[in-house]
Amino acid sequence: MGLFYTFHFYLFGVIAIISAVAFVTRRSPVAAALWLVNTMFCLAALYVMMDAQFIGAIQVLVYAGAIMVVFLFVVMLLNLGHASDVTDIVGGKTKLAAGLVGLLLLAEVFVLWKDDGAPAPVPAQQELEPGVIDQVAAPLFREYLLAFEITSVLLLAAIVGAVVLAKRRVT
Amino acid sequence: MSRTYLPVLLLMGFVVFNAILMIGLSHLTMRSRPTPVKQSAYESGIPALGEARERFSVKFYMVAMLFIIFDIETVFLIPWGAYFRNLSCAVPLTNGLCPSGQVSMFGLVEMLVFMAILIVGLVYVWKKGALQWD
Repeated sequence: MGLFYTFHFYLFGVIAIISAVAFVTRRSPVAAALWLVNTMFCLAALYVMMDAQFIGAIQVLVYAGAIMVVFLFVVMLLNLGHASDVTDIVGGKTKLAAGLVGLLLLAEVFVLWKDDGAPAPVPAQQELEPGVIDQVAAPLFREYLLAFEITSVLLLAAIVGAVVLAKRRVT
Repeated sequence: MSRTYLPVLLLMGFVVFNAILMIGLSHLTMRSRPTPVKQSAYESGIPALGEARERFSVKFYMVAMLFIIFDIETVFLIPWGAYFRNLSCAVPLTNGLCPSGQVSMFGLVEMLVFMAILIVGLVYVWKKGALQWD
């Protein structure tokens, strides 16, 4: 681990948090989406630092790539207008609920952090070749075979749902 | 994490530094004399028509949705492809090779089932004409 690791952990962590804060505070939805892309890239870097290169690559491919495209298309579809015209339509109740959820998450992080009295059992460090995805593939295609096959049914439902919603004729 | 990724980090640092340098230098050296023509959006040399903020067709959204779904299919295909040699052998590999007579169809069949269910979706999309632009 060492200093090299710690430095980059804090570097990417701080950039991720700054981008996330910018994401929720920007008025322009497109600017907000681009900040979210930045957060995704930092998370991918953190995954790579945890020797989860495959997950890092997927994070960039799926989240920073595909899902952000959908967010941007939704922004274009809704046409929110100029950022200066957008007003906060969220009421006091929603703000209260959001604040409570935020506090709850913060409390959860605090409990997890406080709970760390005894040093956590360090998993046996296997000597892994960088980039090897057998550790992901072996359980996925053997133990969790049923879950893997059912995923295709979930994706099928998503395909049908997207087509039914978007191809509906407006009468 | 080893230092294998140092070149990637250096490249990222170089890219960020270069972007800041280019934008910063152009801001430092520019002389601001705006005219209405200069401030209009550049649209391949022709005058821009209307606003950029129009409502876009839902067709774009559907293409993006279908792209995500088949992208996730690829996410499953990559580890499967990387691990296929192990999956198509009934016994653990010896020196990366399957002993003769131990080849199994397990890996192939499980992915064929997965693909078959998704191809039903593809056929549905095709028949519905969702891939047609009109």
